[in-house]
Amino acid sequence: MPFIPHTDSDIREMLATIGAGDIEDLFDEIPEGLRYGELSGVPEGMTEQEITRLMMERAEADGRPLCFMGAGAYDHHIPAAVWQITTRGEFYSAYTPYQAEASQGTLQLIYEYQTMMAGLTGLDVSNASMYDGASALAEAALMAVRGNRKSKSRRILVPTTVHPAYRKTTRTIVDNQDIELVEVPYCSEGGNTVPDSLKHFEGEDITALVIQHPNFFGILEEVDELTDWAHRQGALVIAIVNPTSLALLKPPGKWGESGADIACGEGQPLGVPLAAGGPYFGFMCCKQALVRQMPGRIVGRTVDRDGRDGYTLTLQAREQHIRRSKATSNICTNQGLLVTAATIYMSLLGADGLARVARACHASTRALVEKLTENEYVEPLFNRPCFHETALRFSLPLADVMRPLFAHNLLPGYDLSTDYPELGNALLVCATETRTAADIELYADHLNRIISAQTVAGCPVKPKMA
Amino acid sequence: MLIFEQSRQGRRAQAQSPGHADEVTDIPENLLRNESPLMPEVSEMQAVRHYTRLSQKNFSIDTQFYPLGSCTMKYNPRACNSLAMLPGFLARHPCAPEGMGQGFLACMYELQEMLREVTGMPAVSLTPAAGAQGEFAGVAMIRAYHDARGDSVRSEILVPDAAHGTNPATATMCGYKVREIPTDRQGDVDLAALREAVGPQTAGIMLTNPSTLGVFERRIEEIAAVIHEAGGLLYYDGANLNAILGKVRPGDMGFDVIHMNLHKTFSTPHGGGGPGAGPVGVSKRLEPFLPVPIVGYDGDEYYWITEDVRPQSIGRLSAFMGNAGVLMRAYIYARMLGREGMHRVADFATLNANYLMVRLARAGFDLAFPERRATHEFIVTLRRQQKELGITAMDFAKRLLDYNMHAPTTYFPLLVPECLLIEPTETESKEDLDAFVEAMVQIQKEAETSPELLKEAPHTQPVRRLDEVRAAKHLDLAWTGTVA
Repeated sequence: MPFIPHTDSDIREMLATIGAGDIEDLFDEIPEGLRYGELSGVPEGMTEQEITRLMMERAEADGRPLCFMGAGAYDHHIPAAVWQITTRGEFYSAYTPYQAEASQGTLQLIYEYQTMMAGLTGLDVSNASMYDGASALAEAALMAVRGNRKSKSRRILVPTTVHPAYRKTTRTIVDNQDIELVEVPYCSEGGNTVPDSLKHFEGEDITALVIQHPNFFGILEEVDELTDWAHRQGALVIAIVNPTSLALLKPPGKWGESGADIACGEGQPLGVPLAAGGPYFGFMCCKQALVRQMPGRIVGRTVDRDGRDGYTLTLQAREQHIRRSKATSNICTNQGLLVTAATIYMSLLGADGLARVARACHASTRALVEKLTENEYVEPLFNRPCFHETALRFSLPLADVMRPLFAHNLLPGYDLSTDYPELGNALLVCATETRTAADIELYADHLNRIISAQTVAGCPVKPKMA
Repeated sequence: MLIFEQSRQGRRAQAQSPGHADEVTDIPENLLRNESPLMPEVSEMQAVRHYTRLSQKNFSIDTQFYPLGSCTMKYNPRACNSLAMLPGFLARHPCAPEGMGQGFLACMYELQEMLREVTGMPAVSLTPAAGAQGEFAGVAMIRAYHDARGDSVRSEILVPDAAHGTNPATATMCGYKVREIPTDRQGDVDLAALREAVGPQTAGIMLTNPSTLGVFERRIEEIAAVIHEAGGLLYYDGANLNAILGKVRPGDMGFDVIHMNLHKTFSTPHGGGGPGAGPVGVSKRLEPFLPVPIVGYDGDEYYWITEDVRPQSIGRLSAFMGNAGVLMRAYIYARMLGREGMHRVADFATLNANYLMVRLARAGFDLAFPERRATHEFIVTLRRQQKELGITAMDFAKRLLDYNMHAPTTYFPLLVPECLLIEPTETESKEDLDAFVEAMVQIQKEAETSPELLKEAPHTQPVRRLDEVRAAKHLDLAWTGTVA
């Protein structure tokens, strides 16, 4: 009986106290016809030693490839202290801090997190986190509809340079609330959203404009022009940002004349491992005026009856356990443990350390692009500035190049052809600070050999640069 | 003291960021940041000490008895954490091809299969990131099902008045109106009221069974018949699945769609409020609408099932596949328990709850439903103490902290005045339960002789009772000082 402490005499004494003959009697309110005892589809239990063996074999089989893939999840260095402290039982096995006096550790940490995120985004306030970047965008869209009282249209402009999975997730979540998501095309040379392409929406009732910066292609958007345009139309601006980039880039709170209204994004780069896609955490920050429209948990500083500083969940009147069907969202948890990791990560890096990481990633990706485009079959896809990730065009079938690279246990990047078929053989690549010059060299060597084998040996494909 | 107040300009943990990093020269000036963000400036040891000390200001399962009703605060086995964090799993990029993740996908597929078995639902998707997202997926599927049949006049979701707040909030997010159904004196759904409420406008009902009142809904089959006859669907909120694991299956009770809280029943960590995981299970007719991705297996290889082959899917709920690492922990836990262990979960959760309930009743505490069996949890009401002594459930809860025990859930469900919802879970020993009874008896004596001890509790925590009104009125949500 794993994890159950009862001895035979405990069971006897407890049943005698209850006045029951055996444990089965305790289920006598369940209609007999419903009882089920099989569970034949569940295997026999395993000891810790047995399950350890199995999991080690499976983890080993997955190979730990050399990663040049980004696309919303980034392979950064994580200080050892981050997860050693995060998985201390007092953080790991605590619940939501409803009993504030016995949860000051988690609560103060969230207050510190909120401070750091507000600082990074240049906005006034942060919540205690959302599930992930994509669902944070969906919640930001709902928040904008609540917050923009002047707009009646429930229409949100979403450029196609926004992460495709974020767009899909947002569609799923807002689908039943009469909200219209209107896609805005990108410029095929620059890979950015051109302010001119918004012209035909002028004079229309727009609730919000979403700007991802850097966008899904790694390309930097003209955030000042786009923000000011949206505000002139009476629309709110929802920024999606990469927190690493904010150590270098102008924060959303400073975009244009008056700044973005809401900023959200994926917190994974802040100390969270790739781990097959989760758990990560979404962050969400906004201007003070919108704080009561914010979904999710928020921690505030207050005083106790002796006047000492203390921390507590606040503005709970927005939340489902109080407002029920009128709540700002049905969200109940945040991603507390991931916020714990991110807060420790940011403390260990500081602004200077995070800026060093950002610069090193950017330099690393530049070196990768230079190296790979030495091959005549590979060239940059877009001509505008990027941050730490960018797209390459191949003049031969990409799948034929990627397959042998996988076989070398290397993840060459994210194939854009499914989400953007119009781009042809396009690969989104990223090299973080954890990729060395030797890693990049290795990638280029493999790639050159694969391409020359495919172009020389029997089946020549001519380089055809557009 | 905040981490910022310990910071000194120019200090940093030098081992943790690149020693040299070239200046960026190819980003236009107007896109660059011109002042550093406010972040801590501390040494590595200062950060480690600060957050270790903060951790010590928390109650947790690893350090205290934590009988928080409806939250299933049972032991989180350490192996689940260390094995889910093996380097081979942590290094997996979410967009890496399936061929480079067969080990991981095998775990996910087998978890899906085990969840199918224990819930009696023919198909499962693991992707919802938490219970509330599972609820959202469930109700969105109900809506998609009705819409696909051209049956779009159904505009209402029924919710018992005892339900968790996420139920009505979810129904609203899916564009439904909410109608509340009252509870009878025994804690069951009021069937007459239910019959009156159903009609052609009924899309479905959201039920928790055992309910949030800590009792098993005995007429569940009749409820299912009433809803199904009206053309509605039944949604099972898996918050209390721990009470019935291996005993009775939601699929057999007649439910069409369910979500599970793996952070409760499958013992993944609560993490100070997340991450959770809220997989959904459905009957055959709802399978086409399941959220993606789902893991498939062709007898040879594991692969993703995505929207390409599920055009009626409600879609994606997060950028990748949800909280994969939480699912891994649940998988490891399920494999360690195995078939036999899963039966024991409900057995001993129920034994502990009934034992604690009987002992507290004999010690003079009033039960909300004295004629009923406890499930994995039960409710004590302190209405009498409130009337006679002016002592509230909140006072009891805060005083328990001084006895080094976490308080039960207070003021939920809303139906029972001055309530304590108590869930001891199966991993607590008899001695721990006895100690809780003793603490409650002691606090009751204090309530009679020196009530100020309760009124002013807690006395032993890092802070005393906090001014929550001030917190909401004078919002202070971020530190605004400057680093020395």
